[in-house]
Amino acid sequence: MLRKLVIFAVILAIVGAAAFWFITMPATVPASALAPYAPNPDNGARMFHAGGCASCHATPNQEDKTRLGGGLALKSPFGTFFTPNISPDRKDGIGNWSEADFLTAMWKGTSPDGSHYYPAFPYTSYQRMKMEDVRDLFAYLKTLPPVEGKPRDHELPFYLKIRRLLGGWKFLYLDGRRFEPDPAKSAEVNRGAYLVNGPGHCAECHSPRNRLGAVIASERFAGGPDPEGGDGWVPNITPAGIGDYSQRDIERILETGDMPNGDSVGGAMTAVVSEISKLSAEDRAAIAAYLKSLPPIQGPKRP
Amino acid sequence: MIRTALAVAVLAFGATALVAQSDPIAARKALMKANGDQNRVATEMLEGKRPFNLDEAKKVLATFAEAGEKAPALFPDDSKTGGDTAALPAVWENKSDFQAKLAKFAHDSKAALDATKDLDSFKVQITEVRKNCGGCHQTYRKRTS
Repeated sequence: MLRKLVIFAVILAIVGAAAFWFITMPATVPASALAPYAPNPDNGARMFHAGGCASCHATPNQEDKTRLGGGLALKSPFGTFFTPNISPDRKDGIGNWSEADFLTAMWKGTSPDGSHYYPAFPYTSYQRMKMEDVRDLFAYLKTLPPVEGKPRDHELPFYLKIRRLLGGWKFLYLDGRRFEPDPAKSAEVNRGAYLVNGPGHCAECHSPRNRLGAVIASERFAGGPDPEGGDGWVPNITPAGIGDYSQRDIERILETGDMPNGDSVGGAMTAVVSEISKLSAEDRAAIAAYLKSLPPIQGPKRP
Repeated sequence: MIRTALAVAVLAFGATALVAQSDPIAARKALMKANGDQNRVATEMLEGKRPFNLDEAKKVLATFAEAGEKAPALFPDDSKTGGDTAALPAVWENKSDFQAKLAKFAHDSKAALDATKDLDSFKVQITEVRKNCGGCHQTYRKRTS
């Protein structure tokens, strides 16, 4: 009897370990998945501005937002992340990456050496992006100046340094789906939905998160506590929060940062606007039309 | 009549100064509120929702200039908390940068005031001046909805 129990326990442990290993294995995009394609760096620049890449990856305290040496401190309830160098520097940046490496990072959140990135890098949103847009973005990044130097390591508690565990997080929260247009909605609203949910990753700040740090899907865009701490609050951008803003009001906020009450946007949104303002007026109108089309959702109560 | 107006003006000035001294948080919030109200007027003019009026346009910029000049004195060390303030500790940690940004805001607003002659020049000028807003709202103000 005892022997059987021990055998059973051993088998269970092996199956468990195998399941853990399988579930937490970093996924990649094979080079064979990439059909021949001539990337368009101009569209890549559009993706770069829509994604606000510079807001996190440009080295802090410099005027030139195309020098992407990283190093910005991104506070979170789990610790402080320091954004990596994504300039085309061969040693410290992404100069030696292949297109498949870049797609793997953006869609799967996996680095070229096969380890998981922390979801502070919003691949939960970037996975929605079209392959062409990601390849165009990569082509654009390659045109920017290489910057030397690696930022410091993240400041995290020891157990979070076991990156393999992030595979479990991805199993729960990274669904691997691309953006699907809604045929019932206009082309403009679909374009806006793509920009907001894909490259723009608006929900990453404008939604409350659960204890594991994942966006609470049912309260997407409904705002919540500032993820970077303090007692700040990120606004609800569904009609429950900004329902009295007109289409034009939202376009103006995205273009100049001027809000209907005469105030100007603050915090991280300042940097977001400085990038979104470089998009075309049509793209900003599409974002506004999509936000207006969202159902009103009440988020967490502000204390 | 003039005497009465003068007396009222002196009293009003005195009262403002008194508020500034006793409650700097309320005083600086009042300045920012005035900026916001004026900025809204500016947007309405720029977007044709209100007819352009040179005096009103200049008032917008004069209000900005005044706020930029008065605000530096309204962040004494004992006004970090208390009252309903959205000012972050960074204001006092980087006081010289904060003050410099306010000085630039005042300077740019005054230059814009002189250069504003009509709707077109107002548009150009205020667009430049507004670039100052984010400088402080990004770093020195708590995120709010």
